[in-house]
Amino acid sequence: MSEINVKEIAEKWKDVPGSLIMALHELQEEVGYVPRNEAMKLATEMNVSLARIYEVITFYSFFKLEAPGKHKIQVCMGTACYLKGAQSLVDEFKNQLKVDEGCTTADGNFQLEIVRCVGCCSIAPVVVVGEKVYSKVTPDEVSAIISEYE
Amino acid sequence: MGIIQKEELEKIQGSMDDKESTWIKVGMATCGIAAGADKIFNFLKTEADKRGLNIDVRTTGCIGNCFAEPLVEVKAGGKQLMYTLVTEELASKILDQHVAQGVAVAGSAYIDSADLNPGQMRIALRHCGIVDPESIDSYIYNDGYKALRKFLTESSPEGVIEELKVAGLRGRGGAGFPTFMKWTFGSRSKADQKYIICNADEGDPGAYMDRSILEGDPHAVIEGMMLGGYAIGASKGFFYVRAEYPLAIRRLQKALDECKAYGILGDNIFGSGFNFDIEIRLGAGAFVCGEETALIASIEGKRGTPSPRPPFPTDSGVFGKPSVINNVETLSNVSAIMLKGGEWYGGIGTEKSKGTKVFAVTGKVKNAGLVEIPMGTSIRTVVYDICGGIANEKKYLAVQTGGPSGGVITEDYLDTPISYESLGELGSIMGSGGMIVMDEDDCIVDIAKFYLGFCVDESCGKCSPCRIGGQRMLGILERITDGQGEMDDIEQLKKISKAMQKSALCGLGQTAPNPVLSTLRYFEREYIDHIEKKSCRAGVCQKLLRYKILLDKCKKCGKCQKNCPVDAISGDRKSEFVIDQDKCIKCGLCVTSCPFDAVIKE
Amino acid sequence: MINVKIDGIDVQVEEGTTILDAAKKVHVNIPTLCKHPDVKATAACGICVVKIVGSPKTVRACSTPITKFEEGKEFITRDAELVDIRRTVLELILADHPNECFTCGRNNNCELQKLAAEFGIREIPFAQNGVDHSADDDSTKTIKLEPNKCIKCGRCVEICQNVQDVHALCFIGRGYDTAISPAGEDLSLSDSPCVRCGQCSAHCPTGAIFEHDDTKLVWNLLNDANCYTTVQMAPAVRVALGEAFGLAPGVNLTKKIYAALRRLGFNAVFDTNYTADVTIMEEGSEFISRFTKGTAPLPLITTCCPAWVDYMEKYACDVMENFSTAKSPQQMMGALIKSYYADNMKLEPSKIKNISIMPCTAKKYEVQRDEHMKSASAEQDVDIVLTTREFSRMLKQAGIDILSLEDEEADSILGQYTGAGTIFGNSGGVMEAALRTAYELITEKQLDNLEFNDVRGIEGIKEAVIDIDGIGVKVAVASGLGNVHFLLEKIRAWKEAGSNPETIPWHFIEVMACAGGCIAGGGQPYGVQDTKRLKRIEGLYKDDADSEFRSSHKNPMVQKLYAEFLGAPLSEKSHHLLHTTYTCRATYKK
Repeated sequence: MSEINVKEIAEKWKDVPGSLIMALHELQEEVGYVPRNEAMKLATEMNVSLARIYEVITFYSFFKLEAPGKHKIQVCMGTACYLKGAQSLVDEFKNQLKVDEGCTTADGNFQLEIVRCVGCCSIAPVVVVGEKVYSKVTPDEVSAIISEYE
Repeated sequence: MGIIQKEELEKIQGSMDDKESTWIKVGMATCGIAAGADKIFNFLKTEADKRGLNIDVRTTGCIGNCFAEPLVEVKAGGKQLMYTLVTEELASKILDQHVAQGVAVAGSAYIDSADLNPGQMRIALRHCGIVDPESIDSYIYNDGYKALRKFLTESSPEGVIEELKVAGLRGRGGAGFPTFMKWTFGSRSKADQKYIICNADEGDPGAYMDRSILEGDPHAVIEGMMLGGYAIGASKGFFYVRAEYPLAIRRLQKALDECKAYGILGDNIFGSGFNFDIEIRLGAGAFVCGEETALIASIEGKRGTPSPRPPFPTDSGVFGKPSVINNVETLSNVSAIMLKGGEWYGGIGTEKSKGTKVFAVTGKVKNAGLVEIPMGTSIRTVVYDICGGIANEKKYLAVQTGGPSGGVITEDYLDTPISYESLGELGSIMGSGGMIVMDEDDCIVDIAKFYLGFCVDESCGKCSPCRIGGQRMLGILERITDGQGEMDDIEQLKKISKAMQKSALCGLGQTAPNPVLSTLRYFEREYIDHIEKKSCRAGVCQKLLRYKILLDKCKKCGKCQKNCPVDAISGDRKSEFVIDQDKCIKCGLCVTSCPFDAVIKE
Repeated sequence: MINVKIDGIDVQVEEGTTILDAAKKVHVNIPTLCKHPDVKATAACGICVVKIVGSPKTVRACSTPITKFEEGKEFITRDAELVDIRRTVLELILADHPNECFTCGRNNNCELQKLAAEFGIREIPFAQNGVDHSADDDSTKTIKLEPNKCIKCGRCVEICQNVQDVHALCFIGRGYDTAISPAGEDLSLSDSPCVRCGQCSAHCPTGAIFEHDDTKLVWNLLNDANCYTTVQMAPAVRVALGEAFGLAPGVNLTKKIYAALRRLGFNAVFDTNYTADVTIMEEGSEFISRFTKGTAPLPLITTCCPAWVDYMEKYACDVMENFSTAKSPQQMMGALIKSYYADNMKLEPSKIKNISIMPCTAKKYEVQRDEHMKSASAEQDVDIVLTTREFSRMLKQAGIDILSLEDEEADSILGQYTGAGTIFGNSGGVMEAALRTAYELITEKQLDNLEFNDVRGIEGIKEAVIDIDGIGVKVAVASGLGNVHFLLEKIRAWKEAGSNPETIPWHFIEVMACAGGCIAGGGQPYGVQDTKRLKRIEGLYKDDADSEFRSSHKNPMVQKLYAEFLGAPLSEKSHHLLHTTYTCRATYKK
């Protein structure tokens, strides 16, 4: 990611009051996470303290400080999904991918995340990979989902 | 395109008549797409062209019968039917039989559109599944922005508030504060700038009506917000939307762009002199930002930690300016009320809880989905009549309303008419409208632990009662579900709960103990069983499970022994196979590996 | 005015007064742990909850203002239920706090410990093993962070960000994992923009932020027969130390401190006030030279405060040319002891160990800031800095009953001071001292009224125009780093507009990092707030008023210094020993 991009993002938002979170969304959209160097540049360009940026990115679970895996597997743990066995899906993904929640596989291909309610409760339990939503997932289907992205 | 004039609006409202004669609508909200609606949509579009059928294939939002997605509604040949669980095969038949020949597809599951949603009354969801959310014309055709134009050009801000007062609408985000009062406070505050904010940071894990409304009918919310802006004297609105709802954000942005192009947003709207602009701000994954003061901090680009009130947001909100915050469903109701009148709305519902409420009925229910019912409808009607009762012939245990801030409603209270007051009396709350149905396979202590875990994860960490109290309560519940509980734990839970309710800074912390207190109120026995008998009725709490080999069924094949990862099964073909309970980690592999169903859990 | 009742007692308060302050008016102290008068209520701890009669809700007294809607209302600040709730909240806080009172730096003056004692906590029911959020951070060697002791009251963050505008500390994480930390993972305080002002440590209610303790080093030096130990005491120490021994703030203990220092075993006892006078000679001459001859750009900005210097190097490098090159009085003293005094006493400079007693944590950093701090020998000019708090502990360790000691004098030749030197300890004091001297040196006339009231007081920004020989000299005084922004922006705008001398916003600017000046420095006894600040300041102005000489250039020993050793202010020798240069520094090292 080049310096220009951070500048562009800052340029777009710096005069919009209270827009730090929006700028961070754009930065993360481009890089996949908020690298320290870019955060520092953003702080300078937007004239906010780095402390404020870290306060924000460590508060909101959406923002990441580390490079994500290529494919983000999100298992929904909203109430409906939980009742319908989301925990067994988490266990199955952990087992098959050999990673912990929140971690990325050694090859960097998958990142396993637990999310709170993606708003698809009627088709629970739900797994989201990228923007694709898998509905009524059973542990048997886990390996098929994984193989789609291998 | 410049400012849209009255005549042009009316022209659009009349122009769609022809187009309305035949069409196919595909439910394309997030859940529909997840079920494959996008594929069906593309299929129908291409195939209709291929077959030379002159029919308009459109997208629409969430139709509500989410359990039967993908849903395709067809109006052709004098029939209007809703096809459920549509596959490409069925879609092909729909084109060949229904569209081409005007006969319903035989042998398929469909509902006559006239019979859709029995027992429901759709106000907030009135256009969901009807309008094309990506077309402002479609909204205008359905009387959209008519109310806004009327009030802007013929009435006054006081007129809007008065109408709302007559309607008796209360906030649909959770607490049920009368909306007209909030707007009155907002209108009385003096400031050079005021804001109206739509809270679309739907965070209750198990409620998704706000997502559905934004995905299915964004203009209804925009119109409601503009009416609110006009009423309180705000010239700027913010949509605070969950970043986890990309489709809703996309459609909302499109709707805003269309409004700007039509001059419905901008300066001198409808020639009334009223200026209004709307900006989208994204949440970033913090449930606490549903709390008004935290939401304000977040819109200001800070950590979403709540602040003490007063000052109330209506006096000092975003950037210190008076700000009124309403939820998505509330604003969708507002635009309907302003169109059809406060008296009409006030005639629906109970004495103190007017109108309708949308519930996301999910969990162990046959027909999960969004239902909108008049206040005063019983929980039994919702669960059994509208949603078909408990799935898989299981026994009802409870429903949870109000999500992590709410409580359980047991079988004894199924006939309670739903209202803010009645749910409060039962120790729960209306909340944003999650209604999670639990059956006999669910462990009530585990559910309480789930909700508390959610609140602990989502606590902002600012005030000690919530930050530490929640974490310690969770620790106690974990102890109980792990079989390490002591009877004193129940007292400790109550003691911490009390302190949190009375001394936590915001609603999240004050209500976080509710699921625990509510389940203790109705299911204390289950807690005691976990603690004293070390047993979990539902068999959910893994550490309380005991696996046993039924000797009369066991054929001594040894598969369980081979599969046990911790060598907890002793014995050989000559003797009996026995599970060492101390070694057993309750993984269940012995059960799945036994070909003779000789291993059971108890 | 609004009329309300607190526990049945009528009280009339101004609109906007908090319930906490209204209660104080009727002598009710509602317990609180997070509220501090210096900072905006964070409403974090949840201890100060009170009831409003007729409402089911409880509210926080610290942050709930009484408005016109409260007219006639009654508040209950104590009953069985409230005490019970407060106790539970306190038990929760204690359950999350290490049980290490004996070995904690705040043992006996911890606000949490005090509350636990008052509530008679005898067991901690929700205790849980392994309270461990993150590791201690002693990287700055001035301020130590012990995050496990943090109760997340937020005072330090408020101070660091909103009062001091430094933004070194912030809240990281969320929920139970919330922690105070510099901005980054695995980042230590020394990598951050921290300027070591220590205001966080002065406001921390527990032992989570604490001055780096150097008392052991000093004990060792005092025991070392090969060392010649000298000590200096800063102006602000004398009017605050008494608080550690039960005296009211502002009581001047100068001569008892000299006696106590001798009892501790120091070979020579000096007073930083003396070099404050020298500072005026150097800095004052610098001002006169810039003002009358234009030798360097105006405005001239004072540099006695190391936290301010550090702040400038990190955040305001562009005004470096406006910084006085004069070292701080502490560093001048260090340099003079190891040169002038050493010469006089025929001492090997390397044998001398200079200790200073300072109201300040940043002074610990200043002694090793750069090579200029080693101007008299290969060693640091000042070897070890103790804060007032550390010094008070040393006295108690030594069992010295300071209040009963007979008065003693400081040692010659670096002991005598003027009233101008002593007011260096409060905001406006350096300016006033400089003006007294500058006026007389420029005009060569006697200044009749020595008191410049416009620059006195605890306001964050003070401005005045002083008539010197018909020319209006515009001065500004800022205390609290958060107030500096206003000055810098004006200077920058003026420079941008072409630096027209006619429109210069100010000619001379004094900055002290801590609100009210060094009397409320980060190393002073705990519990500072405006009432105490004013008392301490009053103590220094009284010392000034009682002084035989009240202008630095009239200090006979200073005159002797120039006659015998330095020659004249800004001489080559002065430059070598008493002046420094500055460097732009990165706010973050990584």
